[in-house]
Amino acid sequence: MTEAFIYDAVRTPRGRGKPDGALHEVSTLGLAVSALTSLRERSLPDPSVVEDVILGCVDPVGEAGGNIGRAAALAAGYGDKVPGLQINRFCASGLDAVNFAAAQVISGQQHVAVAGGVEAMSRLGIGASGGAWPVDPSIAVPSYFMPQGVSADLIATKYGFSREACDAYAVESQKRAARAWDEGRFNKSIAPVKDCNGIALLDRDEHMRPSADMQSLGALKPSFQMMGEQGGFDAVAIQAHPEIERVNHVHHAGNSSGVVDGASAVLIGNKDAAAMLGCKPRGKIRAFANIGSEPALMLTGPVDVTHKLFARSGLSFKDIDLIEINEAFAAVVLRYLQAFDLDPEKVNPNGGAIAMGHPLGATGAMILGAALDELERTDKTLALVTLCIGAGMGTATVIERV
Amino acid sequence: MNLTQFRLEKDADGIALLTWDAPGKSMNLIDATMMSELEAALDATTADAEVKGVVIASGKDSFSGGADLTMLEASGRAFRDAAKRDGADKAMLAFFAAISNLSRIYRRIETCGKPWAAAINGTCLGGGFELALACHHRVMADDDKTRVGLPEIKIGLFPGAGGTTRVSRLMPTPDALQMLLKGDQIKPAAAKAKNLVHALAPRAEIVQKAKDWIKAGGKGVAPWDVQGWKAPSGKIFSPGGMMIWPPANAIYRRETFDNYPAARAILQSVYDGLQLPMDLALRVEARWFTKIIRSPEAQAMIRTLFVSMGELNKGARRPRNVPPVAIEKIGVLGAGFMGAGIAYVSALAGIEVVLIDRDQESADKGKGHADKLLSTAVAKGRSTEAKKAEVLARIAPTADYSALKGVDLIVEAVFEDRAVKAEAIGKALAVVGPDAIFASNTSTLPITSLAENWPKPENFVGVHFFSPVDKMLLVETILGARTGDRALATALDFIRAIKKTPIVVNDSRGFFANRCVLNYIREGHLMFMEGVPAAMIENVARMAGMPVGPLSLNDEVALDLGWKILQAAKKDLGPEAVDPAQEKLLEEMVVKLGRFGRKNGKGFYDYPASGPKVLWPGLADLQPRKLDPDSLDVAELKQRLLVTQAVEAARTVEDGVVVDPREADVGSIIGFGFAPFTGGALSYIDFMGTKAFVALCDKLAAKYGPRFAPPALLRDMAAKGETFYGRFSAKKDAA
Repeated sequence: MTEAFIYDAVRTPRGRGKPDGALHEVSTLGLAVSALTSLRERSLPDPSVVEDVILGCVDPVGEAGGNIGRAAALAAGYGDKVPGLQINRFCASGLDAVNFAAAQVISGQQHVAVAGGVEAMSRLGIGASGGAWPVDPSIAVPSYFMPQGVSADLIATKYGFSREACDAYAVESQKRAARAWDEGRFNKSIAPVKDCNGIALLDRDEHMRPSADMQSLGALKPSFQMMGEQGGFDAVAIQAHPEIERVNHVHHAGNSSGVVDGASAVLIGNKDAAAMLGCKPRGKIRAFANIGSEPALMLTGPVDVTHKLFARSGLSFKDIDLIEINEAFAAVVLRYLQAFDLDPEKVNPNGGAIAMGHPLGATGAMILGAALDELERTDKTLALVTLCIGAGMGTATVIERV
Repeated sequence: MNLTQFRLEKDADGIALLTWDAPGKSMNLIDATMMSELEAALDATTADAEVKGVVIASGKDSFSGGADLTMLEASGRAFRDAAKRDGADKAMLAFFAAISNLSRIYRRIETCGKPWAAAINGTCLGGGFELALACHHRVMADDDKTRVGLPEIKIGLFPGAGGTTRVSRLMPTPDALQMLLKGDQIKPAAAKAKNLVHALAPRAEIVQKAKDWIKAGGKGVAPWDVQGWKAPSGKIFSPGGMMIWPPANAIYRRETFDNYPAARAILQSVYDGLQLPMDLALRVEARWFTKIIRSPEAQAMIRTLFVSMGELNKGARRPRNVPPVAIEKIGVLGAGFMGAGIAYVSALAGIEVVLIDRDQESADKGKGHADKLLSTAVAKGRSTEAKKAEVLARIAPTADYSALKGVDLIVEAVFEDRAVKAEAIGKALAVVGPDAIFASNTSTLPITSLAENWPKPENFVGVHFFSPVDKMLLVETILGARTGDRALATALDFIRAIKKTPIVVNDSRGFFANRCVLNYIREGHLMFMEGVPAAMIENVARMAGMPVGPLSLNDEVALDLGWKILQAAKKDLGPEAVDPAQEKLLEEMVVKLGRFGRKNGKGFYDYPASGPKVLWPGLADLQPRKLDPDSLDVAELKQRLLVTQAVEAARTVEDGVVVDPREADVGSIIGFGFAPFTGGALSYIDFMGTKAFVALCDKLAAKYGPRFAPPALLRDMAAKGETFYGRFSAKKDAA
């Protein structure tokens, strides 16, 4: 079987997802072009060899709508012959874009593809694209729709993660991210976003709060309590998991992923692509999987998809050196650690979205790149990358350093 | 044109007055004749060039009570027959057309081109109000007796003749959903404020005001038929819509547990309808209405909560050979919580009450209960100081039994103890003599044996009120072995006078309601001892349709009472009559821990001074083992909690305690809140199918014990393919 290799991975720094964020002036297209241009300059002497540009985007409306993949490929100078595609699997879109590209390569239908994602959350907000799931009674009711934060609080309640445990995890994420930046562990992948003059708008993740401690986080009010109580969602949570007397609202802005702007791009190709690109592959896609999971808990898909991935690939955690799981909410990671009784040192060693932010469609490819960098830095072999997903899904990919 | 339900008159201004006045009836109801005559009148007035516009009014005290539900029932039957005859697809199309017919006619009124105005007086509900909503202008009588509303949801239906669609186009979506999902009746001022009617006027002037509107140039165009019309809450897919719909869906689930298809159909019709042009929106609404009307929930709720309840309220079980008994004055023995409640509801209904207790202070305290309830009503604007004074003046508290002279009925509500009751009965007997009718409010003591204290037991009857008396609608009327017709008729006339609903049952331990309730509580106890988390028992019970979980209910009625009942059962019926796991739990809670329930602030729940009750954290330590909640079958837990009650209800029929399935159904819903969407404890069995229910009982008995074993009656019915309503309907008129 043809194998899919990772030749390169870049990401923009993540800008704070508010009007005062450093990337707010950059459009969705501008962010995607920034990542694609960096990749082209680094690893694509002839961009016309790219046979598809697949970008994940979760709110593909307005400036992000109408196939941002093709628009960005054209604007980034990939040439007329390079097609583009936008996909949406909510928070895992960026990783699914990588898997999609890998699948095309593995199937023998393409030599080279670019996969990544983009989200300008400061400009479009969350939920801008609407959708039937939360709104249409015929799906909202049977799927126990609730906002993700309430689901995260439900996970914490059901599996016994206290506010303190979640806050402690968040403090650790901040510490690890700060250390990683200080030690230059992200240098290989970070491509600053520049203006038309080449002036850097942002060269470092903007959302981080390295000074966060238990005391400062302890002062934050739960973000989803009012929504849960007054919007009826706590009752929905309890009907889905009736062993719970009441939902313990533990999540807040400090132990949930940050709202940020950013883009990512990963260069995927078969073995022959090395000659076309003039460089050696850095890694290999070993296996990937998708799954649907219980929609009320919504964010426990990483557990289910990991079981599935291991069952099919024959791998197990004994083989895995490093795990990157998206820090959508502290309880998501804590549940994953609990479900598999994992050593926390092996999981998100350089922090995650709680510290650095989660630019929805871009994140999956970002943390895949981060995992590859870390394998190289620590001279290890296998990493598992996974994300929880809205409406109850999970995506996971195992990569191998080569 | 031959109109029998309407009168059509044209005035000099060219305004047609269409007066709805169904002959021989006290209330206008929508039936097939009404629909065809309304359409004929529509055709005639539309074709008549002299007619400028039409005012529709009622010739009766009220505008209309809505659709004739027997017509809806008949259409369902006709559909099932047609499906057998013509095949399901053809029958479905015909049924859809028939069910859509009223909505179609109303839409024709709305689009006929001439202005129609409705003059609304008195009750204007359901399909009647939908007719008014289809008119271009609504004038409502501004008086206490006039109400508009769409109460269909209360009997498992929803407004299917355009009401859902029009209300959601008249009001902001949250208000519209609330009105449709609650089904409240709306007073004139609120109706005007909510944009449901255009004008208020004194009753005598509504027709003239409606005509004036037409004369002044009122247009025959609905707002949503004007180009550029926008829905009050804007588009669904907008930031505003995102604030409305996700919580609306969640709150729907919170309030209904997704057990009521009609409520879900309202949400769906409004959601779909707001995104469609009017005609398509109405069609979608009619599609859902066609589906809901065929649902077992609607059929069961209409039968129990409308038809049967109406029949029981009208005295279905009252002996016809006894002339009506005017209840003007009663004596209430015992001014405790129950006695005081009975005194209050009686005085409220205009009955003089002699309220007796062992001393004046206790009797006064009982009257104080009425004072408190009335003062609350005044504070909330539901009553006035004058009314309060009038009601209180009817209650005469005293310790003197001689005040009972001349009462029409004595209701005894003293402590549940044979000796105490015997003493009160004896004192009353000495004053009023054995020809007086004596009703004993007891929940546990057999009436036949209490009646031995009354020299003429034919004049002795049981009346089991539910707590709190002012809120609970049911009165379980118990016939002792020798209770006579006059005693029963008097009790039923009293119950009717105080606007409660009676069921009549024969004497037995626990009568009807408590037998079912005790089973429900026991099942909760046993689940707990099996290792089901306490919160899960409580939540699953409410998901099954019960108003409160079994542990909450036990806290309310008191755990020590439960313990006493268990000990009494053990003493009277032998040790095998009680479940050892349940006994162990209650012994632990009551005897060792002193947790009696809400009354001492600690039971299965703790009752903090502020904030809601919380499950007592120590509960888990009382469980011999704990089950993983994810391993539990929620559907089966729900079934256990309903089946344990339903199978007991079936046993009460087998035992001859309940003789009429209507009474078990109505009694189970209004007495102890048995999942209303099932139509009641016996309808639950009938709609599941007796055979399927017996199989379920056998399965549960094999797994959880003989308490689920179906009685021989059910096996016999299952073998013969019978239902309760089929087998026992012949007895309907026997009483």
